[in-house]
Amino acid sequence: MTVTAKPGEVVASDLITVFVDGTEVSVPKGTLAIRAAELIGVAIPRFCDHPLLDPVGACRQCLVEVPDMGNGRGMPKPQASCTLECAPGMKIQTQNTSAVAAKAQKGMIEFLLINHPLDCPICDKGGECPLQNQAMSNGGGESRYEGVKRTFPKPVSISAQILLDRERCILCARCTRFSEQISGDPFITLVERGALQQVGYYEDEPYNSYFSGNVIQICPVGALTSVSYRFQSRPFDLVSTPTTCEHCAGGCQLRTDHRHFQVKRRLAGDAPEVNEEWNCDKGRFAFRSARGDDRLTRPLVRDNGVLRVASWPEAIDAAVAGLKRAGTQVGVLTGGRLTIEDAYGYSKFARAVLGTNNIDFRSRPHSAEEAAFLANRVAGRSLDNDTLSYTALQGAKQVILVAFEPEEEAAMVFLRLRKAVRKNGLKVLTIAPYASNGSAKLNAEVIPTVPGTEPEALAGLSADADTIVLVGERAAVIPGALSAAADFVDRTGARLAWMPRRAGDRGAVEAGCLPNLLPGARPAGAVLARVDVQAAWGVDGLPTLPGLDADAQLAAAREGLGLVVAGLEPSDFTNAAEVRDALESAPFVISLEQRLSEVTERADVVFPIALIEERPGHFLNWEHRRGRVNTVIRQPNQPMTDLRVLAALAEALGRPLGIRTARQALTELDELGVWDGARQPLARTRGVAAPADGELALATWRELIDGSRGNDHEPALQATAKPVVARTSPEVAAAHGLTGAVTIAGNGGWLTLPLEVVPGMAADTVWVPTHAPDTPLSELGLVHGDSVTVSSPAAALDRGEGFDRGEGGVA
Amino acid sequence: MTDLLTPVLSENWADERAWKLTNYERRGGYRALRKALGSTPAEVMETVKDSGLRGRGGAGFPTGMKWSFVPKDNPNPKYLVVNADESEPGTCKDMPLMLASPHTLVEGVIISSYAIGCAYAFIYCRGEVLHVIRRLQQAVREAYSAGYAGKNILGSGYDLEVVVHAGAGAYICGEETALLDSLEGRRGQPRLRPPFPAVAGLYASPTVVNNVESIASVPAIIDRGSSWFSSMGTEKSKGMTLYSLSGHVRNPGQFEAPLGITLRQLLDLAGGIREGHELKFWTPGGSSTPILTPEHLDLPLDYEGMAAAGSMLGTKALQCFDETTSVVRTTLRWIEFYKHESCGKCTPCREGNWWLVQILSKFEAGRAEEGDIEKLLDIADDMGGRSFCALADGAVACLTSAIKHFRPEFEQGLKTPAWELFPYERSALFDTGAEVRTAAGLKGAHA
Amino acid sequence: MSGHEFQSWFPDSGHIDYDDASTNITETTLDEMRSIAARYPQARSALLPMLHLVQSVDGRVSPAGVQACADILGITTAQVSGVATFYTMYRRRPGGRNHVGVCTTALCAVMGGDQLLDRVSHRLGIHEGETTADGAISLERLECNAACDFAPVMMVNWEFFDNMDPAKVDELLDALSSGQSVQSPRGATITSWQEAERVLAGFPDGRADEGPAAGEASLLGLKVAREHGWHAPDVPPPVPASGEAAATEGSAVPGGAK
Repeated sequence: MTVTAKPGEVVASDLITVFVDGTEVSVPKGTLAIRAAELIGVAIPRFCDHPLLDPVGACRQCLVEVPDMGNGRGMPKPQASCTLECAPGMKIQTQNTSAVAAKAQKGMIEFLLINHPLDCPICDKGGECPLQNQAMSNGGGESRYEGVKRTFPKPVSISAQILLDRERCILCARCTRFSEQISGDPFITLVERGALQQVGYYEDEPYNSYFSGNVIQICPVGALTSVSYRFQSRPFDLVSTPTTCEHCAGGCQLRTDHRHFQVKRRLAGDAPEVNEEWNCDKGRFAFRSARGDDRLTRPLVRDNGVLRVASWPEAIDAAVAGLKRAGTQVGVLTGGRLTIEDAYGYSKFARAVLGTNNIDFRSRPHSAEEAAFLANRVAGRSLDNDTLSYTALQGAKQVILVAFEPEEEAAMVFLRLRKAVRKNGLKVLTIAPYASNGSAKLNAEVIPTVPGTEPEALAGLSADADTIVLVGERAAVIPGALSAAADFVDRTGARLAWMPRRAGDRGAVEAGCLPNLLPGARPAGAVLARVDVQAAWGVDGLPTLPGLDADAQLAAAREGLGLVVAGLEPSDFTNAAEVRDALESAPFVISLEQRLSEVTERADVVFPIALIEERPGHFLNWEHRRGRVNTVIRQPNQPMTDLRVLAALAEALGRPLGIRTARQALTELDELGVWDGARQPLARTRGVAAPADGELALATWRELIDGSRGNDHEPALQATAKPVVARTSPEVAAAHGLTGAVTIAGNGGWLTLPLEVVPGMAADTVWVPTHAPDTPLSELGLVHGDSVTVSSPAAALDRGEGFDRGEGGVA
Repeated sequence: MTDLLTPVLSENWADERAWKLTNYERRGGYRALRKALGSTPAEVMETVKDSGLRGRGGAGFPTGMKWSFVPKDNPNPKYLVVNADESEPGTCKDMPLMLASPHTLVEGVIISSYAIGCAYAFIYCRGEVLHVIRRLQQAVREAYSAGYAGKNILGSGYDLEVVVHAGAGAYICGEETALLDSLEGRRGQPRLRPPFPAVAGLYASPTVVNNVESIASVPAIIDRGSSWFSSMGTEKSKGMTLYSLSGHVRNPGQFEAPLGITLRQLLDLAGGIREGHELKFWTPGGSSTPILTPEHLDLPLDYEGMAAAGSMLGTKALQCFDETTSVVRTTLRWIEFYKHESCGKCTPCREGNWWLVQILSKFEAGRAEEGDIEKLLDIADDMGGRSFCALADGAVACLTSAIKHFRPEFEQGLKTPAWELFPYERSALFDTGAEVRTAAGLKGAHA
Repeated sequence: MSGHEFQSWFPDSGHIDYDDASTNITETTLDEMRSIAARYPQARSALLPMLHLVQSVDGRVSPAGVQACADILGITTAQVSGVATFYTMYRRRPGGRNHVGVCTTALCAVMGGDQLLDRVSHRLGIHEGETTADGAISLERLECNAACDFAPVMMVNWEFFDNMDPAKVDELLDALSSGQSVQSPRGATITSWQEAERVLAGFPDGRADEGPAAGEASLLGLKVAREHGWHAPDVPPPVPASGEAAATEGSAVPGGAK
């Protein structure tokens, strides 16, 4: 259960005392009777009640008797305890002590069952169904109903992922309230009325919400099921493991259910301080990506130009030979999927084993200004629930979003902001090119901003200590943006959080997977910091040469730099073609991967790596909160973790890593502690000039459900993705004669997409999604803020290489 | 003593083109508005309070007190919403009022709005009464033209917008919070209370919702004084009101009388039950008020009198049924009405009425089984007082009172179809002719 | 058969008719919808009248109408659908030029409404919910229409037809079928159902002054009172404007004969 008030926050004078079944209990003012009963262990049956949804009082299952409202007078009728606020001295009698309440509840269960199909044996929910459970504990043994049951065609696909069985539905309206209140996507509503009332949707506008899976989880019957899990298992055959989601830096706590060495489903865990009881559909459904034939289970080595399966010793020998040849002429690219333990392993491997500072986790557009910002403002921070956390977001008066789209890039941050907007009147300002759907749902004030001019837009705002500034991943490529954010909070007293997008990013900063950072926020360029780490690691020395960032490593790969590469895709970078070329040109590439990829295709040695459900560890979320990753599936031939492979390589190189397990890695990192010396200063860069005449600034960000390989093998999830479109203002569309579709050209390539005209959008700007399926912008080598030209598709026919998605995307 | 009938609201209904502004004014119309605007809103509210006017929509809550619940310090705009969704079976008083003299309501709306300090008033009228809506729309337009509504009313500086809003067919919208949801463009389903509309009603702002007849009574109270009004009626039920006689009455119709008149008196005025027949049962205030029998004919038709008899005054919709009528059939029809009109929000109403209809159909067909009466009562027990709003209570009221007064008739439903016990053509007002009698004879087929 | 048939299988519920995409909605209609929205402090209040307007144009709640409402009010089509399927006056499929309704709630049913519904059904050869082949008449069963003192009651395009009997039914149906002008006894000359819907949307048709002020039953009490010389009490004489005096007002002047 999510409690609404923390005990520490309640002063005694705010407490009132009530009596539940004769037991005295003190509760904060405003507590509902059903919660007061929970506090003393009295479970009142309920269906529509949900602590995170507004009370509705619809199912009437939780009726209690109130012989005394606290003023000596009783209530003439039984009361729904889910809508009844406690009053001082109130006496509440539940089914345990009141025959009236017990009879009322029994009657209600009977009503709920008369039209229910009672198909528990074939229902996904059977075995974990509140209706089933409460019918067993509070219902009658036999039905008195001799009438005819209400029947509907079934199931109804309310989205590609979610199916509705109207016969099982008991109309508690949890799903419709969730969609309206929590996520703000009221594409499902109650329709019809009376006995015919049902959950409905509109055919042209299916329930495509990033949060749709939650309605399955909160459905108290089996009315809502997913294509993904339907008929996959019985709840009692599943083994549940709590864990942390690997898809973004939100740090959602999950419950992962598996059977037969396979994850069957993932549910939102109960984490009041993080994701409350929700998660996003990517976190819920995208866990099958490694189920295909491309899963790596055995090492590969390149033999006469062809990759072949090899034994582990053979692969390790090949890797060691390559690394020895490379010496310190090697770079390490770790990507964003690593646990903090694995990231620490790579950091130590690079410095202590390979002897280089060439390490970077940023498999995406990045900058030196960003590296300095991360060293100056992010690394070494610790969790402070009161100032920078989900809780703090909920309590803030104002939140300013800079180059950050919460609904797309950090779904739980979005939900928490929306909650704060609804419940606490939070004001959200967003420095963005246009009012996105997510901004609209936050009732955000949009400051329409041409990409590249975000620093100026931010400088024009006012803020105080009750303001939190959230700066997103793409700020890295806006010259001056991160420094401007730092300066802004220094000037105003506001708080600042960097919002990385991937689950491993925050931990990678802490582990030192940056050329300028050693573990624990230590500047790689600081002698004392190096001495510190050197001593802890018991090595003779650490590299003193400044390291290369990811782009520089890839450039150097063409000049002879060897590469050790963990989970990344060329298309994640600024220019995919250049990454492919670098991988092909590099003298030697070692890939540690879960699946065959564009990297493994070009690697000399490939090591298969354990999936997230096969390893322990931790992710550090944006709050700097550690989320435990538990081994969900254990089997005899457990795949190796990154850490184990690195340890084996180090061993074979004669410079042991000293750590093999996640626990050892974390202990070592913790013992190292956080650097208390001076941080690297910010590296301020000047903003860019406005686009030249006739050119537009490109705005872009990644959408939650996009062309990411992590969504593979989950077609129902992919089908709920947003339509791929480009967006411009009506003025831009008119000026360039754009109707229906637009061709965007830049950097020698072009892309045609359906056009959506957005009134009020920033001038001279065109928005496209960063990583739409089949058309990642990296194939054109374009990033946020780049100058592009637009034209109607017809005019672009002779442009040569490009992508035409103008047809069939959306009308 | 006050006269037996006291036409006030209905006083001008027989006038030539009574609905026109000029004709209403000729009768002294809008005099009360001028008087109200000459006093403070608080004084107007006080007068209504002093009059003892109680809500005429069924619940009987004191109107002036309801107004006084609107918080003075709430920064949100305030709203007046007239509940003209008259749909309770048997209830048919507001429609003739608005059809004949819509200005009585409009003037009441303007005065009441002034009293509660609102700048926007709505008349939410059920949609299935086209001509009533035409007359309301026209009356509001006329009021605007004459300076009684809109900006700076009669030079007083008081502004008021009045909107006539047509519903779209839902009995539940007569429930005030459902009405507000409907007026906000939503499904008309009742809201949780608290907060009460007076605090957070339309658009979550302080809102007064009053029945047509309540608001229409305001001009007369302002014009003639609170003591004039309270001189009519009984101790706790003050003033005149519209009683609607319907059913097997020789001359059904509207009778405006002081509260407290009896059905016997009203029947006398209406020529009694139709010739050759006698009263079997009746409702005091629509189908949601428990039915009564001839033994209750002399009870005062006021809030207290009906409560004492175990029923409710409701909307004073006196539906009279004679001895040709099957109680089982009538009850089934009422429960079918509640099933049809249940909004679906809460379990007992949605599922209970669905179940009751099926069981009652067995009674009508003479195919009920041993124990079915007890089952009906038990289901009613699980519905009544357990539902979200009072709709299910209404259903339970008509069912349980029918069983209470006519249990033997239900017992006959174990053996004999109602249409055999009470051939349906006998209760009809006309000779149905052979053709239709045959159709009625097919009753068994639908059971 | 005039009793309610108990329906339990709902193969086609939960939505309007998506298949019929036809529409007569024009830019003028959209402007009118926007003008309805402007009547209210919050635009969504306009949804019910806007749907009435959609019906007046398309003869039903059409997909285009749902989309237009959603677009203008900034809500989802599902939300519009939730409202359109809640209220009984909204039709999902086109009906006839005239919608004939017969009240069969308890009182009207008992007093002959059931027989009238049968009669209409037999004469037109259609069941409730159906439309005659010539498109002249649709038949509906109604719940109480607030005219119980005129029972049994029928409605045509939401105009009252009071104190109905078989002969009046025959006359009415003949007139409607043959397109003759029909006058409601307590209303105006019958227009089409779609024209009626337009009035409900708030666009008057100029017929408010047609018909009488009241039907006979509405005037019955007044007539009896006048016959007996009964009336409300006279207004008490003015009293001194002090609180104390006001408190004694209650005892003032009972009414006397005229």
